[in-house]
Amino acid sequence: MSIELKNEIILEIIPTFRVQWEEVQNCHVVLYPEGMVKLSQSAGEIMKRINGKKSIIDIITDISITFDGADVKEDILNFLEVAYGNGWIRIKQ
Amino acid sequence: MATVGLESNSNQSKPLWLLAELTYRCPLQCPYCSNPVEMAKYKNELTTEDWIRVMQQARKMGATQLGFSGGEPLVRKDLEDLIKEARRLGYYTNLITSGVGMDEARIVAFKEAGLDHIQISFQASNEELNNYIGGSKSFQHKYEMARLVKKYEYPMVLNIVLHRKNVHQIKDILDMTIDLNADYVELASTQYYGWSRINIDQLLPTKEQLENAELVAREYQEKMKDKMKIIYVIPDYFENRPKKCMNGWGNIFLTIAPDGSALPCHAAGQLPGLEFPNVRDHGIEWIWDESPDFNKFRGTSWMKEPCKSCDEKHKDLGGCRCQAYMLTGDAENADPVCDKSPFHETLQNDVMRIDKLSGKKDFESKPLIFRNMKNSKNFTDKKTAEPI
Repeated sequence: MSIELKNEIILEIIPTFRVQWEEVQNCHVVLYPEGMVKLSQSAGEIMKRINGKKSIIDIITDISITFDGADVKEDILNFLEVAYGNGWIRIKQ
Repeated sequence: MATVGLESNSNQSKPLWLLAELTYRCPLQCPYCSNPVEMAKYKNELTTEDWIRVMQQARKMGATQLGFSGGEPLVRKDLEDLIKEARRLGYYTNLITSGVGMDEARIVAFKEAGLDHIQISFQASNEELNNYIGGSKSFQHKYEMARLVKKYEYPMVLNIVLHRKNVHQIKDILDMTIDLNADYVELASTQYYGWSRINIDQLLPTKEQLENAELVAREYQEKMKDKMKIIYVIPDYFENRPKKCMNGWGNIFLTIAPDGSALPCHAAGQLPGLEFPNVRDHGIEWIWDESPDFNKFRGTSWMKEPCKSCDEKHKDLGGCRCQAYMLTGDAENADPVCDKSPFHETLQNDVMRIDKLSGKKDFESKPLIFRNMKNSKNFTDKKTAEPI
């Protein structure tokens, strides 16, 4: 499964998944029926910004600012492919 | 539970999965139920306040997944309150149910309380066999409830326990789950604990049945990928290496039985030498970190040969302690599913015995022992020292 990740696309978390911060695990997690995936710090930064309002370019800009102007575009697009492949996110219609 | 981390940041064990067995009362009588055969002994269910305290303590330790199970959890009148509190605490809340005792009003109330997911069990793909196996006229109702679960936009898991009496229906079962628009389907082969162990002669599928079932399951997995996730588990009696049971003893799973006994797995109640710490007397933190029970088979230091020197011991942690106890009389032995176990051959011979007798009229006509309080009481009264 692949997705054409254009800058202006707005993504949302598929409602059967939930993303939340876990204090004890010290990371963001994706929760779904009887399961959990722990996210790396960068994956967590991306997933927490996917809210059905921000476009892909908004997310890239936002994260780049958070990490002192780092070039994060490629990493973000790669992760979004993974998240899409896992069925966690979709394009908001 | 899958814990496939993109990054794992801790190797210290935490009770990530809290299974709340709210009650052993159940309107169904499935002869493969994983509840203890001696369930009639369990009285004095925990109160709402007890459960809330347990949920709070486990959540504080990092538990994220909470399963409301049983028996039939819908029997508990305080289920809505428990869901509400669980959700407030930040759990992902799973209701594991037969669907009997549910109606549209309750599905709505659960949604309002914040329930995340509903799993409904079916016993077969048609009314006659479903109702026979479940010992209850429940098929139509289950079907209707599954439709409503999707109507109210819950993610839905359909769970069908497979065994010799229904495995031939696998294609119809999968067609049914497609018709019901399930998100996940668990085709869970009976594991032989509790009631299924005493009914093993009637339930163990033949090798031929399993091979056919696996082909169909693979075909549907391919056909439905991207739409529905189908999980197919073969009975481990047919394997040569054991399962990493519960992902390791006292590693991520915490089961609380209806009377408040804390267990590293829902079948562990049968093991001798355990003290069964109760949540009425102890906090979850002590139970998990300090109690002798939860440390008894943690890691690998308790192992005997052939596990002790085995280079695969970290892969499966010696398999299942309950299975080792049931089939060898010693919970510290290797799970006899492993072909390195000296008891493996005995297990294989038993599987072959059943395989040969299957289909023969006399053998098939032996009655199933249904899971109900009357049979449990009979069984508990008659129980000898022999492990079941």
